[in-house]
Amino acid sequence: MSDDIVLKTNDLTKHYGGVHALEGANFELRKGEHVAIMGDNGAGKSTFVRQITGVEQRTRGKVWLYGEEVSFAGPLEAREHGVETVFQTLALADDLDVPDNLFLGRERTYANWLGPFRLLDYKSMRQSTIDALNRTGVKIPNIRNTIQNMSGGQRQCVAIARTATFHSKLTIMDEPTAALGVQETAQVENIIRTLKEEGEPLILISHNMRQVMDLVDRIVVFRRGQIVANLRKEDTDGQDVVAYITGAKTGAEYEGAA
Amino acid sequence: MTDTSHGTGGLTFDNSKRSWPNEMNILLALIIIVVIFEILGQVLPYMNNQSFLFDTRDRFDTIFNEARLQIIILQVAIIGIIALGVTQVIITAGIDLSSGPLVAATAMIAMSFAQTELVNGNPNPKAIFGTWAMDLPVIVPVVIGLMFGAFIGAVNGTFVAYFRIPPFIATLGMFLICRGIALWWSSGRPVSFPTESYKFLGSGMMPVVWFLGLAVIFHIILKYTVYGKHTYAIGSNEEAARMSGINVRRHKVMVYMIASMLAAFAGVVLSAKASTAQAGMGEFYELFAIAMAVIGGISLTGGRGSIIGTVLGAMVLGVIRSGFTFVKLDGSYQLMAMGGIIIAAVILDQYRQRNRA
Ligand SMILES: Nc1ncnc2c1ncn2[C@@H]1O[C@H](COP(=O)(O)OP(=O)(O)OP(=O)(O)O)[C@@H](O)[C@H]1O
Ligand SMILES: [Mg+2]
Repeated sequence: MSDDIVLKTNDLTKHYGGVHALEGANFELRKGEHVAIMGDNGAGKSTFVRQITGVEQRTRGKVWLYGEEVSFAGPLEAREHGVETVFQTLALADDLDVPDNLFLGRERTYANWLGPFRLLDYKSMRQSTIDALNRTGVKIPNIRNTIQNMSGGQRQCVAIARTATFHSKLTIMDEPTAALGVQETAQVENIIRTLKEEGEPLILISHNMRQVMDLVDRIVVFRRGQIVANLRKEDTDGQDVVAYITGAKTGAEYEGAA
Repeated sequence: MTDTSHGTGGLTFDNSKRSWPNEMNILLALIIIVVIFEILGQVLPYMNNQSFLFDTRDRFDTIFNEARLQIIILQVAIIGIIALGVTQVIITAGIDLSSGPLVAATAMIAMSFAQTELVNGNPNPKAIFGTWAMDLPVIVPVVIGLMFGAFIGAVNGTFVAYFRIPPFIATLGMFLICRGIALWWSSGRPVSFPTESYKFLGSGMMPVVWFLGLAVIFHIILKYTVYGKHTYAIGSNEEAARMSGINVRRHKVMVYMIASMLAAFAGVVLSAKASTAQAGMGEFYELFAIAMAVIGGISLTGGRGSIIGTVLGAMVLGVIRSGFTFVKLDGSYQLMAMGGIIIAAVILDQYRQRNRA
């Protein structure tokens, strides 16, 4: 395998009982590459993400990260390997504030000999939160506010700022702009452009054709749990992609699939 | 204070307008209840203008009626220790019903290792072990009691976290099991005659010292440690906590263990205070402990609540008890009033949630 491959999956499959949510996905992502995953609701996009990040255990198949075969026991392990994810469900704790959420599961602490009772370094975490929000241009009136008092868009901004705070080997965003206003969407897109400039690879799941065409190098289309197309942006356009999404067309190499 | 108003997105945020902490409401309620009893002392014809809280006899050296203050807190201290634990369980969106019977079972077990050899020069008539278990250092019964509590808590936590039994059911089962253990331990007979050092653990104001000391420790733990943060995170959004890499199951086991160890310690203190252990001890303690947390503003759906709130909730129950005794209304009225207060607390909290700033 050539060593500029960030992520590779082979025959990645997930069945929920009788539901074949993901079937035989072969996927590749190269260094510095930004790839979009598109597909209708229920096509298996989020399921694909959950198998890579260890949120769920796959039914079958293999995953390599930077050439190393991996099978993450949980999202923490994925994160320790440099995979940062904005989940579609956001994964925020409503009763906690912004710094708490940004650092949840990887708190900065001191007196670490106290084990689970080690002390939180609130000051440093708050400062880093402010820095991260400034860097990403995310606007939140009061970071000490609990998440439950925030608008859907602000919540999403927090979830995105969380991934952007920590340098990663691979960033995955599952519909990061689904609930955002025009300005916030532009901000998130800017964050994504920054990642591109810094050469950080990205998998972007989105239903927004304009956004996808603007931002990524390649589009992978899912339909009913299977990959049905792998299109370089230069070789395609919106109408073409829609045809693959709806099933009017299927990529030559995927004939016989859904 | 660092400036948190960065990038306000056109919104203004007034830093001086910190949100009114929930605990202030309970403190306010506490003061109102005290004032009501104070007024009742003045207006009720049979009360002869007695004061509830102030010292009316020797107004020279003290302002407050210290005896009453002590009783208010002493009578809730032991249940309060349990409440510190159940608060943590409820924050994770769980519940622990097993604490009352666990108090009894631990009292029996710990007391059995705290026996004196001679009672008034005669051999101890109630000892259930031989002389090897007599006059042991006080640390032995305490550690055995805490270990028993840790074991029960680990079982509770394992059933809740690993076998996904609803906490209500798992701890209801443990409720019966612990009461059974308490009865079985000495075939229903009480265990009495502890060593002096054991008695000291529950003597005088010691229960209050334990309660407030542990309250301070767990306040710090919940607010300033990773354990506390994860406890809130799990109750707030268990899925998010898991995705953030928190070992949710292990953490829950730890929370149930800590709660049961606190209940077990309450059993030690209670038996030391009473100088006896009986299988029927701690009846309804689990419910009163939960009531303290609820009055203290905890959310039974998890994620919200605090040790300060629970301590204030305990004080509210203590004041109501003392107050009813003060105005010479007996226990039946106390129970009715407490029931009313608990329901009122939840209604107020829901109202507050809907109108949150
Ligand atoms: N835990 C589960 N148990 C059973 N079925 C599931 C589960 N999770 C997902 N599915 C099913 O798997 C299929 C794929 O779901 P998935 O969430 O991956 O869709 P998606 O492509 O992300 O859709 P959307 O665009 O709406 O987010 C759906 O039919 C869904 O109902
Ligand atoms: Mg999805």
